Amino acid sequence: MQRHLANVLSNKQVSSRYWHMVVDSTNLNKTVNPGQFFQVRCADTYFPFLRRPLSVYRINENTIEFLYLVKGQGTSAMTKIQAGHSLDMMGPVGEGFRLDRSAQNILLVARGVGVATLAAVAQAAYRQGVKSYAIMSARSRDDLLAIEFLEDYGAEVFIVTEDEGTSDVENVKRIIKEDICATTVIDAIYTCGSRRLSKLSQSIANELHIPGEIALEEHMGCGMGACFSCVCDIREGDTTKSVRVCTEGPVFPLDKVVME
Amino acid sequence: MTSSKNMQVTIGDLTLKNPIMPASGAFGPEMEQALDFDRLGAIVPKSITKFPQPGNAKPRVCETNGGMINSIGIQSKGVEHFLSHTIPAFEKYQSPIIASVSAESIEEFVDVSATLANQASIRGLELNISCPNLKGDGKAFGMDATITRELISQVREVTTKPIIAKLTPNVTSIQDIAIAAEQGGADGLNVANTMLAMAIDVDTRKPLIGNVMGGFSGPAVKPIIVRMIYQVAQVSSLPIIGCGGVMSGRDAIEMMIAGASAVQVGTASFINPTALTDILTEIEEYMEQNEIIEIEELIGSIII
Repeated sequence: MQRHLANVLSNKQVSSRYWHMVVDSTNLNKTVNPGQFFQVRCADTYFPFLRRPLSVYRINENTIEFLYLVKGQGTSAMTKIQAGHSLDMMGPVGEGFRLDRSAQNILLVARGVGVATLAAVAQAAYRQGVKSYAIMSARSRDDLLAIEFLEDYGAEVFIVTEDEGTSDVENVKRIIKEDICATTVIDAIYTCGSRRLSKLSQSIANELHIPGEIALEEHMGCGMGACFSCVCDIREGDTTKSVRVCTEGPVFPLDKVVME
Repeated sequence: MTSSKNMQVTIGDLTLKNPIMPASGAFGPEMEQALDFDRLGAIVPKSITKFPQPGNAKPRVCETNGGMINSIGIQSKGVEHFLSHTIPAFEKYQSPIIASVSAESIEEFVDVSATLANQASIRGLELNISCPNLKGDGKAFGMDATITRELISQVREVTTKPIIAKLTPNVTSIQDIAIAAEQGGADGLNVANTMLAMAIDVDTRKPLIGNVMGGFSGPAVKPIIVRMIYQVAQVSSLPIIGCGGVMSGRDAIEMMIAGASAVQVGTASFINPTALTDILTEIEEYMEQNEIIEIEELIGSIII
């Protein structure tokens, strides 16, 4: 893990609550994988104090893109960073998604800003000739992001929202089982952004014997594995063990994560 | 380091090549990717307990203005894992290892200290007497002068290695505890552990820390720690390791002027992974600019 001062190429609002930032990654000298993240300094002041973990949204040859939800003072401060300024980022951090080379069809189940993490998987899948089916869940249509981006990478997108009364777990379950899995052999499930949808994904993966992975989100302190703030429980046989989301994760096998 | 400058400091019979070391709990082997461990005055791994323990409820950290609150709860894999995995990960470096010990009773402190003292590569022990004494209704050992004296003296009997008592700032008089630790046979005093603190989300009205309260660290606490270093230096002849809110070389020098012989850096590493070595470089520059040849000249050099 290295600290970089990356040149910000753009930082724009893309919907009422979401912003999109593009940074120059030519000096990174490291491969970045979907699911990995960067620990980003939101401002030069001591408040907001801690870095924020931002997963990579899109990985290009010379740029990296972030899609972030403006939630608190840290991400609010990030919106003040203008093109031409530098972004103090540490990374890439953590273990990313593993996309099986033999896979032909994958299912992405994303809620809210979880799409920022899974979009990078769709991009990598497309480059491997793998077709993505994506459940995109959000509060409203305005909160839905990256749909065009996913479709550009050949994904078939299923939209569910709270406003339209379509985002409840039972309906998502029906879509996955009846609209997708009934006609297509899904080789892997990837999920991020919602505990309820993660539990559903875990249950469907278990029922249909499909391997899967989940990217977890946690409050982080150092993001380097030193402080043990961001732990989660992982099943190992009949026992559970506590692991650090920042270093052992943030991506874990779906069947091993103990959902709280 | 500039060859004409001497940055050596001593804690008991332990000579450190420079006064900068990590604070326990804010440092791990993973940081070798970002940091040259051989430049550190000492290596201080996360506190170790006798048996594995799971740590506290989440969330374990929250942000405050100029700092953070944590309630990790000394998540530990136990002393056996520490000796078989953690120590070997640090032994390859030249910097001396100071093991931080946490325990739930005096007997356990003695037991774990005796085990660690048998390891040649462990050059000193830091006793984290700021943790709750389960036999004393959860009150920290270091909140009571009599218990502090007794604890240190019992550990003293099982090792000749330097003992550093990590004091808690959550006391009425840190001077009384410092005197007790010195009487018990400590070789150095760490001033200090984190400050008991709390933060509440005004929208949900819930505490921002799963354990309700936690330890406050970061630049906001530094003036309080500088005051405590100064106070402790008035009553104890032991070397002091300043700890709390150091973000820069000038912060570290401020603590040394107040009376610290060495300085630990914790939270700063969360913001900047090379904080420890950056701080060292800044101290070297300060010495150069101020024509200081021996860094020990700075210790307790406050002019009132």
